[in-house]
Amino acid sequence: MITVIAFYLFAAMVIASGTLTILARNPVHSVLWLILAFFNAAGLMILVGAEFIAMLLVIVYVGAVAVLFLFVVMMLDIDFAELRAGFAQYLPFGVLLVILLLAEMVFAVGAWTAGGVDIAAKAAPTPAEVPNIEALGTLIYTRYLFIFEGAGLVLLVALIGAIVLTHRVRGGVKTQNIAAQNQRRPEDAIRNVKPTIGKGVEL
Amino acid sequence: MPITASLALTLPELILSLGALALLMVAAFGGDGLTRAIGWGAVALLAAAGFSLTGPAGNGGPGFDGLYIADSFSSFAKVLIYIAAAASILIAPGFFARTGQLRAEYPILILLSAVGMGMMVSASDLLTLYVGLELQSLSAYVLASFMRRDTRAAEAGLKYFVLGALASGILLYGISLLYGFTGTTLFAGIADSLGTGISTGEMFGMVFVFAGLAFKISAVPFHMWTPDVYEGAPTPVTAFFASAPKVAGMALLMRVAIDAMGSGTDAWRQIVIFSALASTILGGVAAIGQSNIKRLLAYSSINNVGFALFGLAAGTPEGVAGTLTYMAVYVAMTIGSFLCVLQMRDADGQPVETIASLSGLSRSRPALAAAFAIFMFSLAGIPPLFGFWPKFLVFDALVKAGFWPLAMIGIATSVIGAFYYLKIVKTIYFDEPAADYAPSDSKLEGGLIALSALFVSPLGYLAIPALGVASMAAARSLF
Repeated sequence: MITVIAFYLFAAMVIASGTLTILARNPVHSVLWLILAFFNAAGLMILVGAEFIAMLLVIVYVGAVAVLFLFVVMMLDIDFAELRAGFAQYLPFGVLLVILLLAEMVFAVGAWTAGGVDIAAKAAPTPAEVPNIEALGTLIYTRYLFIFEGAGLVLLVALIGAIVLTHRVRGGVKTQNIAAQNQRRPEDAIRNVKPTIGKGVEL
Repeated sequence: MPITASLALTLPELILSLGALALLMVAAFGGDGLTRAIGWGAVALLAAAGFSLTGPAGNGGPGFDGLYIADSFSSFAKVLIYIAAAASILIAPGFFARTGQLRAEYPILILLSAVGMGMMVSASDLLTLYVGLELQSLSAYVLASFMRRDTRAAEAGLKYFVLGALASGILLYGISLLYGFTGTTLFAGIADSLGTGISTGEMFGMVFVFAGLAFKISAVPFHMWTPDVYEGAPTPVTAFFASAPKVAGMALLMRVAIDAMGSGTDAWRQIVIFSALASTILGGVAAIGQSNIKRLLAYSSINNVGFALFGLAAGTPEGVAGTLTYMAVYVAMTIGSFLCVLQMRDADGQPVETIASLSGLSRSRPALAAAFAIFMFSLAGIPPLFGFWPKFLVFDALVKAGFWPLAMIGIATSVIGAFYYLKIVKTIYFDEPAADYAPSDSKLEGGLIALSALFVSPLGYLAIPALGVASMAAARSLF
């Protein structure tokens, strides 16, 4: 019973916050509604037993992507009124896309109910008693360890490449030298003087 | 299988990647002044990786639950790759120093690329194949635009990156189709599944995988990027592109074709035959009008890849051995030709790339002219030179497999190719001298030219027994 209530709660919240993401006038509010939608989608994922995807949604989407969106929205000075202009002009194209997507959905559901190509049966099923985080961990860090390390090297190459292609040493840039700052003693920088009246100071 | 046993199989990759990380630290803290020392360090690492192939890494069988395989085929390809990579590291400092862009990351990127190529030739799973290929390609994209102030190099890098990403997408699409319809990414599993009949989905997967791999070895019709990238990239990088990744791509293609899709040989043979014929013809015809030596060598590499593919089209151990021998000789010829191109510098030391500037080279630099002529004759496959031998092996295998009409067409196309190679020799020996090149300033480059010229000269025939045994053992391990 509780699962049914939880499902309807999460599902309704996802749809409601999704709708509000589109309808909110203020783009910052849109992003906040999006975050709420992600959270509730994570709840739905837990209900179907995909706890790894639930955590991924919260950590990656809420933690990184949505915050990035928020920064972009806040930093860029976008004239949203202008973006919304031309609604009527692009309406036919939008309607066309909607019809296409709708037709694809109908086809997909039709193919699914008809049995379609028997692909899912060939993929190895996950053993029921193993939690999927553990199953994924075994695959990534044990079975496919070699490839995982290889992917790490690919990222390293991307990093080196980005530096090689963009980094250049500029002349005349003042950079901070923390060691030199820490080694600076008061006697190097401060001089106690007792100026007498009428003599001025010696610099 | 314990993890240590699997790791022992990947010893060459371990040595190269850990060594590259260490050298990266040296480069980060030591700066570009240490580039030459880092280059020698990288060559030592490549030598160590090659030496490690004498252990279990040379012929130890599958590891990592079938993801990786160390057999004599992979060892043969790895030795070639390491030699080509070492040569491209050694020839680089002179070139980059003259343009004032000597940077320490060059040898490190080549090392990481060599790790990727090692993964490619040892792949026995589609995932290993893909990650290895990406590691190699990503390093190659960076290397192509390594001279970032040069607009042509930037264009080459960008073009290579965009088209390479497209090819990776095509390959990945093929991989996903194969995985979807066979239920496994292991080559052995795919071979089992294809053995029971090839479904339409599997057929599509095979075609896409072949298309993606054909791009990497620049076989027609996926060759368009080659001339532009080869022309724009710095010459040592072009020498690298034309040698090591070609060997890795060709070895990978052979392993996929025979290990994973051996039961569907009749299905892929048409693709390979078409690609081989189209590459030899287009590589020959399109090269005729070129006036830039690097573009010409790019078409020459397309042409040569076509001939190497004829061996695969035979689909027999003899054919595969022929292709492997072809790649071995091809590496020597290509590296040698690009070393000669590196010597083409005007009086200010700036590189010149026009074929016209080669006119009358025989009078000003007779030794260089002779080496150039040897490489050109050898690339054309003219008999006394060693370049003839692998062409003979490949066509011999084709005839033995019963494809004699194809062999005849192939031999006819090699005549088209011979035309432009001979035209260069004519320019060097019989045309009125053009302005002299700057004198050679590197004993190392001269030595490497002499070494590769000796290998492709008739003296190379002395290597036939050893090369024959090694390539045959390598080919046998696939079947």
